[in-house]
Amino acid sequence: MNDLIRSTAAELAAQIHAGEVSAVEVTQAHLDRIAQVDTAVHAFLHVDTEGALAAARKVDADRVAGQQPASALAGVPLALKDVLTTEGVPTTCGSKMLEGWIPPYDATVTRRLREAGVVILGKTNMDEFAMGSSTENSAYGPTHNPWDLDRIPGGSGGGSSAALAAFESPLSIGTDTGGSIRQPGSVTGTVGVKPTYGTVSRYGLVAFSSSLDQAGPCARTVLDAALLHEVIGGHDPLDSTSIDRPLPPVVAAARQGADGDLSGVRIGVVREFAGEGYQAGVLASFTAAVDQLRALGAEIVEVSCPSFTYALSAYYLIAPSEASSNLARFDAMRYGLRVGGDDPSLSAEDVMSLTREAGFGAEVKRRIMIGTYALSSGYYDAYYGSAQKVRTLITRDFDAAFEQVDVLVSPTTPTTAFKIGERVDDPMAMYLSDLCTIPSNLAGNASLSVPSGLAEEDGLPVGLQIMAPAMEDHRMYRVAAAYEVARDAAQGGPLIHRVPEVSV
Amino acid sequence: MDYAEVVERFDPVLGLEVHVELSTNTKMFCGCPTTFGAEPNTQVCPTCLGLPGALPAVNGKAVESAIRIGLALNCEIAAWCRFARKNYFYPDQPKNFQTSQYDEPIAFNGYLDVVLEDGEVFRVDIERAHMEEDTGKSLHVGGATGRIHGADYSLLDYNRAGVPLIEIVTKPLEGAGERAPEVAKAYVSALRDLLRALDVSDVRMDQGSLRCDANVSLKPKGQAEFGTRTETKNVNSLRSVERAVRFEMCRQGAVLAEGGRIVQETRHFDESSGSTSAGRTKETAEDYRYFPEPDLAPVAPSTEWVEELRATLPELPWERLKRIQGDWQLTDAELRDLVNAGAVDLIAATVDAGSSPAEARRWWVAYLTQQANTRGIELVELSITPVQVARVIELVNGGSLTNTMAKDVVDGVLAGEGSPDEVVEGRGLKVVSDDSALEAAVDEALAAQPDVAEKIRSGKVQAAGAIVGAVMKATKGQADAKKVRDLVIARCGG
Repeated sequence: MNDLIRSTAAELAAQIHAGEVSAVEVTQAHLDRIAQVDTAVHAFLHVDTEGALAAARKVDADRVAGQQPASALAGVPLALKDVLTTEGVPTTCGSKMLEGWIPPYDATVTRRLREAGVVILGKTNMDEFAMGSSTENSAYGPTHNPWDLDRIPGGSGGGSSAALAAFESPLSIGTDTGGSIRQPGSVTGTVGVKPTYGTVSRYGLVAFSSSLDQAGPCARTVLDAALLHEVIGGHDPLDSTSIDRPLPPVVAAARQGADGDLSGVRIGVVREFAGEGYQAGVLASFTAAVDQLRALGAEIVEVSCPSFTYALSAYYLIAPSEASSNLARFDAMRYGLRVGGDDPSLSAEDVMSLTREAGFGAEVKRRIMIGTYALSSGYYDAYYGSAQKVRTLITRDFDAAFEQVDVLVSPTTPTTAFKIGERVDDPMAMYLSDLCTIPSNLAGNASLSVPSGLAEEDGLPVGLQIMAPAMEDHRMYRVAAAYEVARDAAQGGPLIHRVPEVSV
Repeated sequence: MDYAEVVERFDPVLGLEVHVELSTNTKMFCGCPTTFGAEPNTQVCPTCLGLPGALPAVNGKAVESAIRIGLALNCEIAAWCRFARKNYFYPDQPKNFQTSQYDEPIAFNGYLDVVLEDGEVFRVDIERAHMEEDTGKSLHVGGATGRIHGADYSLLDYNRAGVPLIEIVTKPLEGAGERAPEVAKAYVSALRDLLRALDVSDVRMDQGSLRCDANVSLKPKGQAEFGTRTETKNVNSLRSVERAVRFEMCRQGAVLAEGGRIVQETRHFDESSGSTSAGRTKETAEDYRYFPEPDLAPVAPSTEWVEELRATLPELPWERLKRIQGDWQLTDAELRDLVNAGAVDLIAATVDAGSSPAEARRWWVAYLTQQANTRGIELVELSITPVQVARVIELVNGGSLTNTMAKDVVDGVLAGEGSPDEVVEGRGLKVVSDDSALEAAVDEALAAQPDVAEKIRSGKVQAAGAIVGAVMKATKGQADAKKVRDLVIARCGG
């Protein structure tokens, strides 16, 4: 395997900016890798070879012309989840509904990446409209976990996590509504960050659940995630829920954490996230991680967040409710799939129905129906209304916990990567994948997943979830960076280097 | 049923919903322009087309207009309110939900006092005024009616999608009795004047920037609970408001009198026949599945801002009329005549341009009204401006024009000959004030009629009229007659 594709984003950027390697060479190396392994992994729905090379050439030309790099990541390749719009490049959201749709505009995240000189390799596979935990709900077929191609890479952003673990890209962008960045990070041994809600613009992020969706960085190291976080984050007037305050200093925190000293940091272990339903190897890895944090000087306390028990139920009312409304726009009238449009005997309403019947997959339909029901008059108070109350209680639990501790920790997801097909007929089992990640979406605070090792029984990656208060994202970066250093020391090198070579 | 019988047997209950398109430069939730009549689908962007991923951002100017409207309608202004999504599928609704307000309107609990034609004041209680976005426009092609049933195909124009709307909803209006149609018309008319004074909307009913839906129900006299109502849409003029209410009262009266049942439905008003016809049935109440719009932050106007906006409220139309009545010293009847003639604004503008109220009024209600009547047009449509009328008055007062000449000047302006000064110049209408020229004319006239001159010299001053007449004729009426007379007498030693 070529060194360029195994390098971190920070290393690549340094080499490119020093002129030791060109951005075009780096980009070409990753395009070659994609060509080599993606038939087996299927992380990408669309590879934008020409666009990527053009962006890389621009970075190289700027350097030759003596200009400063556009950003700390100028020239570094990235894989973009196919839920963010890209002008001139297809955006499908993993759905037949948007097959062939070419957006006329860039999402703010896309625009910021382009302006930063980040090279967008292509668009990654995902569960349809980000609904799922395995990427099996993609209308274009599943993505395979590079650790074991028979297993899922997590979801909804399985393409973005698999691209990292398969060394197809050093960076990727995910979106996290209930855990769609962190759970894929956990099961692929990569870092996934859900920033504080409102700190990364949602403009151009095709909405699943507006009050929960948040785009964030995915990488193979904590520092790389932080560098990417600072490129995509910050206030955007086009998103009314965007917070008009400076972004938390996440890169500085990641660098500080790399010192490996956590003395004075108080860490809370969430009592509710353990026990039945948790794989033994996951709990063992988690316990070892907590011990390691203690060894780094952190003070560890157990914290109870009793309302977290209701988070999953509340989530599966709020998210589908918003989705039922957000996905109403897919009606064949202006863009996307159109079924029956040429038949003059059909009314507009008929065309809408036929199109939605054909264009949406089973999970999307299930959630639209749940949401439509939950918002219906006579049921609204009992379902949507109650769920919003639970949401408030969860926020209060977080507030109370963060009075005692600086960050909270838990396993990211109760199990390691399961087999493709194993849970497709059991939505409840699938939904449980997001048990530990959902509370931070409901409360809007920051949360990340950093690899904590491999489960003994199956040799698959386990993730440590670190949660911080809203706008205190830097706290979790510091803890994650410190842990990463200690983990690599204890485990004899970066976990990601133990990924088996993809057999094509 | 005969109208007299309807009002004898039933009490009408009205509910009026008025949609006002705000005249902001940009749309409610994006930066697209709002110009009326542009090429279809040229004033659109990802947000107002509902493209995947696009997000709304509130137009602050629209919120400001909403608050000012609320204040002018004597409403309370919400300290904190949210937008909500009203979910329903329709092709001209790009997102298949309308971003509106539901249980948290920006303004609520107000009233508007409406003056009826005989001067009686009817208080219309306002339930709420809320912000929302307009839909696109569907054009149904083919078929006889231009409506969707029977059409061959439909065209969609999204230029209007996202234009800011304020919906103003009255409380149920009871007690209007036989005057219900008149109250409905007077309310919409007063609201239109108010919105115009606030300068927040074009309020053009013909262009749809002010639209009225009239809810009408009847209840037998003495009954407390309301009857089933219908909602009549497509009421596009003040006259139609009155006609639609009246028609619905008669239609419902007839149904009820035969023991029938009113169907709760949307009805469509037909301008040409003056009747309403059934549209969408609302028996099975549509479930719009409202919920708070998660893409927008709540609107929380500070008390300071609301008070600042209150201070920007112009003099409201009815306050202004009251003031004008005092300033111009008008009786109620005189004021009502001016209002009905559409002369108040014209006179006021003439006064603003420097004329006295009495002079301005005299010109507009006498000579100019006569000119408008002759031409069969409204006073305001005459091609003369208040500033021009004021200039004519100024020329008369300054002695450069006689009253007769002033009418000539006005005729010239109306005929398109230019400004009053240009007409004076062009028609050669100048009071001759050059004494030597006048004296010469007088001397000439005296010389031409020596017998008359002799009479004057002998003290018969009244004989001067003949000389004056001759001078006026010689100067083509441009001399000041009084001055000529003085000169004649002086010349004859008087």
